[in-house]
Amino acid sequence: MASHMYELKKGIFKENPTFIIMLGMCPTLGVSTQVSNALGMGASVLFVLFFSNIVISMLRKVIPDTIRIPSYIVVIASFVTIVEMVLHAFVPSVYAALGVYLPLIVVNCIILGRAEAFANKNTVLDSALDAIGMGIGFTLSLTLIALIREIFGAGTITLFPMGSFSGVITIPGLSESPVRVLTLAAGALLVMGYLKAFFQWKTSRSEKA
Amino acid sequence: MSYIGILVTYIFVQNFILVQFMGLCPFIGVSRNSESAIGMGMAVTFVTAIASVVCWAVYHFLLVPFDLDYLRTIAFILVIAALVQLVEMVIKKMSPALYKALGIYLPLITTNCAVLGIAIIAIDNNYNMLESFFAGLAAGLGFTMAIILMSNIREKLETTAVRSVFNGVPIAFISAGLMALAFMAFDKSLIVNLHLA
Repeated sequence: MASHMYELKKGIFKENPTFIIMLGMCPTLGVSTQVSNALGMGASVLFVLFFSNIVISMLRKVIPDTIRIPSYIVVIASFVTIVEMVLHAFVPSVYAALGVYLPLIVVNCIILGRAEAFANKNTVLDSALDAIGMGIGFTLSLTLIALIREIFGAGTITLFPMGSFSGVITIPGLSESPVRVLTLAAGALLVMGYLKAFFQWKTSRSEKA
Repeated sequence: MSYIGILVTYIFVQNFILVQFMGLCPFIGVSRNSESAIGMGMAVTFVTAIASVVCWAVYHFLLVPFDLDYLRTIAFILVIAALVQLVEMVIKKMSPALYKALGIYLPLITTNCAVLGIAIIAIDNNYNMLESFFAGLAAGLGFTMAIILMSNIREKLETTAVRSVFNGVPIAFISAGLMALAFMAFDKSLIVNLHLA
């Protein structure tokens, strides 16, 4: 049981895909302008990662070693197409906001990386737990970047509209004169650089202790 | 849009790395020295230019006539994977010298977002075949320019004292961010003022 818990938890902190292994940077920076987009992207990646890890883990003894990468890509692309169609049909606003980054989940290194490094060597249960952990880790880091960029860059937090709640929280004081650059491309790279430095500082401190 | 307009758009205004964040993994991973940066940039340019044309042909001659355009993502990634393999074999046969220079970068390109990205962007913008080719070429050139600039900055950083927590990847991201700030000077008004729209 302890090892199963480990597979689940490692993706969230110890092997966090965004800040520690540094995989899947393109969507991370591309869609983190609004919290709602980050959550939509995180959920899509979690879904694709979960099902592709399960399918690849089930097929790991069937797929010949020489053509494993193309086979993985076909499995992943099928699930990405499902996500695309579902989002297009039910949440068109998120579909429009994610734009070209949605089909680009296919080439997100996290998913192919987990298939290659984990799912083709481990059991279905472990692979599913690994996928959930990694997916949550990715969603959390993406949301963190989006929170920083949106709060300081626009002075708002955009969530999904529910009932009488319009979905946008405005932060007084910041929304009048936000640091506009953070919502632009340059801001994304700067925020990522400082966050990565922060995590390097954390790791170096915990190693000393 | 004119062909020069497309070139300027994807090299400067919509630069794949500094504005659209496509292909960041090789940008950070392979930019340690300028030689490998040039190799990677050339390999990517080569593949994006061919892939955007081939994907355009597959989409318009195969997927649309059979009403299969929802299979776009799957079809494109397979086409790109096969194409990269083919390019690798052709270069190996035709020009061993070029293969030696680009060889190790070619397999990495299949999972480079820039290649799939430009193929999809070209379809979304309803480009014709030649426009797709120019868009692919320009995207690759923009990538090459950014990665070569970055590698020069990183070679300078090697000999500069950097605080240990910023060493390596963080300082690379921050330098890229400052480069992106400079690239904000190129926007849509550039295209309008040059009468390229």
